[in-house]
Amino acid sequence: MQVTLKILRFDPGKNAKPEWHTYQVEAEPTDRVLDLLHKVKWEQDGTLAFRRSCGHGICGSDAMLINGRNRLACKTLVKDLGSVITVEPIRGLPVEKDLVVDMEPFFAAYRAVKPYLINEEPPPARERLQSPEERERYDQGTKCILCASCTTSCPVFWVNGTYLGPAAIVQAHRFLFDSRDRGKRERFKALGSASGVWRCRTAYNCTEACPREIPVTQLIEEVKRAILFDRF
Amino acid sequence: MAIRSKRYAEARLEASSNLELYWWVFMRISGVVLVFLLIGHMWMNAVLTDLNSINYDYVAKRLSQTTWKVYDWLILALALLHGGNGLRYVLDDWVRNPARRFWTKVVVYSLLAFLFFLGSLSLFNHDFGVN
Repeated sequence: MQVTLKILRFDPGKNAKPEWHTYQVEAEPTDRVLDLLHKVKWEQDGTLAFRRSCGHGICGSDAMLINGRNRLACKTLVKDLGSVITVEPIRGLPVEKDLVVDMEPFFAAYRAVKPYLINEEPPPARERLQSPEERERYDQGTKCILCASCTTSCPVFWVNGTYLGPAAIVQAHRFLFDSRDRGKRERFKALGSASGVWRCRTAYNCTEACPREIPVTQLIEEVKRAILFDRF
Repeated sequence: MAIRSKRYAEARLEASSNLELYWWVFMRISGVVLVFLLIGHMWMNAVLTDLNSINYDYVAKRLSQTTWKVYDWLILALALLHGGNGLRYVLDDWVRNPARRFWTKVVVYSLLAFLFFLGSLSLFNHDFGVN
């Protein structure tokens, strides 16, 4: 089938503003959007810039705004979109070129919640044991691939740029609800600040955007509860 | 704990303050309290009495009693704080330019303070002419 692929392109050396470029691509209904981007880059215009690594929905490199929704280009099939497909860079982060954005603000928020196990107690002789139920408690958060689909779909994140964003809060949730972790007070400093969880207005964009089907908004609410019950 | 922040933005992210938590809790509690205060207000002025019979004398008689002064002042204070904080959320979410956001807040907060001042003044300092 013939697909009209519209890409919002931006070359900082040439353009002042991003502009739409349209490409005609021959595609199978079972092709992924990533395959279409490859066809454009390899056969029509080699200057097209986008990120991709594994191509199988695990590395989290190719999150894009496809037909108005944040999705992974490698997990989105042409047959689910139709014959006209629009592709834009994810929003709220500075565009470097075409579909490549500067991820540094996203990772700064990720670092702020200290996404690693904090436990100063001396480790037991073998390992810190955990029951299957305790492991299950934070299972949703472990699915995150840091693709930024959720954070860049969040209207609060778009505006002032100081909000930690859903992804960082999901990562915090993964450690806050880990029975082996002792670092909640350190994480609450970032999470409870004016740029933390209280900026969430439960718009649910993040939950809809997540390609890993994590119930993001629910996890954010659980972190709010954890902070509330820690204080009162 | 060692200081790990290297830049101002990082320090802000790590800054410890429970203020936003307290505002969040206040919004929930004041919301519930306001519902009952306002239902009570409507009940007394629109159901128990005929709305059309309310005139200056009726209001002056009520507002010269301390109970109703406090009741109405609670509605005034909670509504302005609850609404004002809600408005702050909206401005934080929607006004993108930091300078414009700052000045919008200055105007809004001044207006709220003026309404609070005016309301309190007429509740507690006005002579309703009732003994």
